[in-house]
Amino acid sequence: MRMPEPDQSVLAARDTLIASLQSIVAEEGVIWSENQLKAYESDGLTAYRQLPLVVVLPEDTRQVSEILKICSEHGAKVVPRGAGTSLSGGALPLADGVLLALGKFNRILEIDYENRCAVVQPGVSNLAISEAVADQGFYYAPDPSSQIVCSIGGNVAENSGGVHCLKYGVTTNNILGLEIVLMSGEIIRLGGKHLDPEGYDLMGVMTGSEGLLGVITEVTVRILKRPELARAVLVGFPELEDGGQFVADLIGAGIIPAGMEMMDKPATHAAEEYCQAGYPLDAEALVIVELDGHSTEVDHLIGQVEEIAHKCGASSLRTSQSEEERLNFWSGRKAAFSSIGRISPDYFCMDGTIPRRSLPEVLKRMAQMSDRFGLRVANVFHAGDGNLHPLILYDANQPGELERAEEFGAEILKLCVEVGGVLTGEHGVGVEKRDLMGVMFSEADLEQQQRLKCAFDPEGSLNPGKVFPTLHRCAELGRMHVHRGQVPFPDIERF
Amino acid sequence: MSETYRPADADQVQEIVAWAVAEERPLEIRGAGSKRALGRPMEVCSTLDLSGLTGLTYYEPGELVLAACSGTPLSVIEAKLGENAQRLAFEPADYGSILGGTAGQSTIGGVLACNISGPRRIQVGAARDHCLGVSGVSGRGEAFKSGGRVVKNVTGYDLSKLMAGSYGTLAALTEVTFKVLPMPEKTRTVLVFGLSVSEGISVLGQASSSDLEPSGLSHLPAAAASRCSVGYVTQPGDSVSAIRIEGPAPSVEARCRSLREMFEDRGATEELHGHNSSTLWREIADVDLLGEAGGDLWRLSVPPSTAAGVVDRIGAALPSTCDAEFLFDWAGGLVWLDINAAKDAAHELVRDALAASGGHATLIRASEEVRRTIPVFQPTSPGLAALNARVKQGFDPRGLLNPGRMSAEY
Repeated sequence: MRMPEPDQSVLAARDTLIASLQSIVAEEGVIWSENQLKAYESDGLTAYRQLPLVVVLPEDTRQVSEILKICSEHGAKVVPRGAGTSLSGGALPLADGVLLALGKFNRILEIDYENRCAVVQPGVSNLAISEAVADQGFYYAPDPSSQIVCSIGGNVAENSGGVHCLKYGVTTNNILGLEIVLMSGEIIRLGGKHLDPEGYDLMGVMTGSEGLLGVITEVTVRILKRPELARAVLVGFPELEDGGQFVADLIGAGIIPAGMEMMDKPATHAAEEYCQAGYPLDAEALVIVELDGHSTEVDHLIGQVEEIAHKCGASSLRTSQSEEERLNFWSGRKAAFSSIGRISPDYFCMDGTIPRRSLPEVLKRMAQMSDRFGLRVANVFHAGDGNLHPLILYDANQPGELERAEEFGAEILKLCVEVGGVLTGEHGVGVEKRDLMGVMFSEADLEQQQRLKCAFDPEGSLNPGKVFPTLHRCAELGRMHVHRGQVPFPDIERF
Repeated sequence: MSETYRPADADQVQEIVAWAVAEERPLEIRGAGSKRALGRPMEVCSTLDLSGLTGLTYYEPGELVLAACSGTPLSVIEAKLGENAQRLAFEPADYGSILGGTAGQSTIGGVLACNISGPRRIQVGAARDHCLGVSGVSGRGEAFKSGGRVVKNVTGYDLSKLMAGSYGTLAALTEVTFKVLPMPEKTRTVLVFGLSVSEGISVLGQASSSDLEPSGLSHLPAAAASRCSVGYVTQPGDSVSAIRIEGPAPSVEARCRSLREMFEDRGATEELHGHNSSTLWREIADVDLLGEAGGDLWRLSVPPSTAAGVVDRIGAALPSTCDAEFLFDWAGGLVWLDINAAKDAAHELVRDALAASGGHATLIRASEEVRRTIPVFQPTSPGLAALNARVKQGFDPRGLLNPGRMSAEY
């Protein structure tokens, strides 16, 4: 993975920078010994590693602001990091960059039940928010698989989803306010406890901006009352197409489940070996449908789901009769990635989204690619919203396999775009998909996105080398190419 | 010389904007013009009228996704969705009649550009939450796109969000893509009569904090309730707190029963079925229940629990010569305020009233003179205003698209 060339003058001035940072945060808040830096050399995408120049752990917004000012003065790049669970290398350090780790921002500042929101620091884990409001029967809806550890600040930066986002939306639909710090050190508040922020929707563009626009120092999230009841149906199908048809027919019947997940046979087998969730091993497609809400509604819809499943040729069907059984259905799916880790030394988790109807075609062509590249693939699929997670199995110790796996992954993502989908549904572009951006966007599209970055970070110091395949200077992006003297549009209606 | 250009496709839009850039000629960007009276007045001679860009470009009911040219009338889209028992769940409101025009003119591009959502916003989100992608032409005269045609997508910055509520100041939209959702089998509304504003909002808050999944939470003081065309709403001659429930029939019936039990000690209750229920919520969404006199109309977005206090403060501060009326939606989070005979729409006292609790106030309707004199949109901190100006600069460096519509500075 090609990263921007380190700035030699920044490398040379490392000691001065460390001293400046030590004047802002307590001494143990600046990490610079190689041994300790090791812990930060990669995020959840462990195929790529790089030691940062230095790690700094601020404790409050004022310190973040001063750190960014100092880094701007030194011309040093900054990589923000939450819990470091990014699957796309969003928090991959830079050799000449300060890694700004927000782990000490771990407090829940306010829970406001009257306005159904909570104000939290960005280092609070996703699950900790739900736990903090659980005694009043509330929760925070987006639930990425890494929710035990991943931080809410990272969720905002990546616009994280989860298995329940079909009904409840992703991060961007569940936050009300942000405090951010720009590279200049300026502190800006967006939104609050009210709906629809005033002016331009900068909260909307901050969400999913992958740490390239500003550092998030506070988040106000919406909290919801936990549904009275949740039940899940576990359905096996003899063919993948049947599973696809089942999903389509459910949606056609006007049912939007809380979550709807599909796994193919290799993923089902791996999960079953790991968890003993009681998955049917003969099924080519395994679908978990979860319904939640008022008990009358859940029980009513479960009946419809069962009927549609039978009509679509289900070879097995079980409906959870208790909370314990429901969680058991999910245990295999939630552990799908870890279970693949047991059957293969290494794996890449891809994250394209496709129109649901293209699923059979995409799976067929992926099987062909799997033969061609000589690498196995297992699939888990957020079937409700078309978000596909092919897991490419490889062994980094075998010469050439990592490169083949990367190439296979790129082919899959190009296929997703070809059928009308996108490169990434929830893991982000990061470094992993950066060089594929041109498959989906024209140069003009990407330049317009980068002009937005210029408004926040004119020097391009915040998390460079991520998301965009080509770095442009803001002055160059701002230049206008004007063609004067055209005869204006004889064909266009005017009055 | 004033001239209106009415392109037929995205290429022609690009051609016109590129020409305007070369000539440094500011453009008014409009769809059907139904919300032209919203915002600061502009001094612009040339108009780019996007109402000629019509038609659905993609609609797959099974994918729950619809894309259309920006000038497509909302009514066309809603009719098409209706054929498949689907809808735009954010319930786009129609401001046509409150802005002095007629209802039913809005275009889908205008709905997004003004981020217009209705009562269901409290449950499912705003227009900005349902927009999946946009294509448009920037003030540099360059065509660009963002997002896609699938619900789950984090590829690149989410410029669709930025377009929502930018009132045509960043780009001329040419195509928009939305997520759509199935219509529910049944809709009913539980009414609780005779509550004060603070009691009403407390009832709505309680419903909102329950597990009954309400999709509309509105409080109508007696004056607003009296204008409703549904007899059950007007008949008691009192205030009405309304809670909408949607879903499969058995579930709706059970949840409405639970709500009525929950609130039977608070006041008399009633239940509206299908047609009456949709009439009531249409009238709430379109702000048809306020001020026949057509005074200055404010839209306040506030933390729900602060709404009653905000309204009290405004009532207390208004001179006795002014009449004011209120209507509450979004469980109190949205306050509509109609003021008659106030100088400069009483903007200072309105904005002072929400300064302590947070939120913002937009002057939706006022004379051109007033809109020229006072900030229509909530003034922001200097840092945020400067950031907004830089964002505008990134899209429209010469300030040619709807110049001054949102702010004198950008």
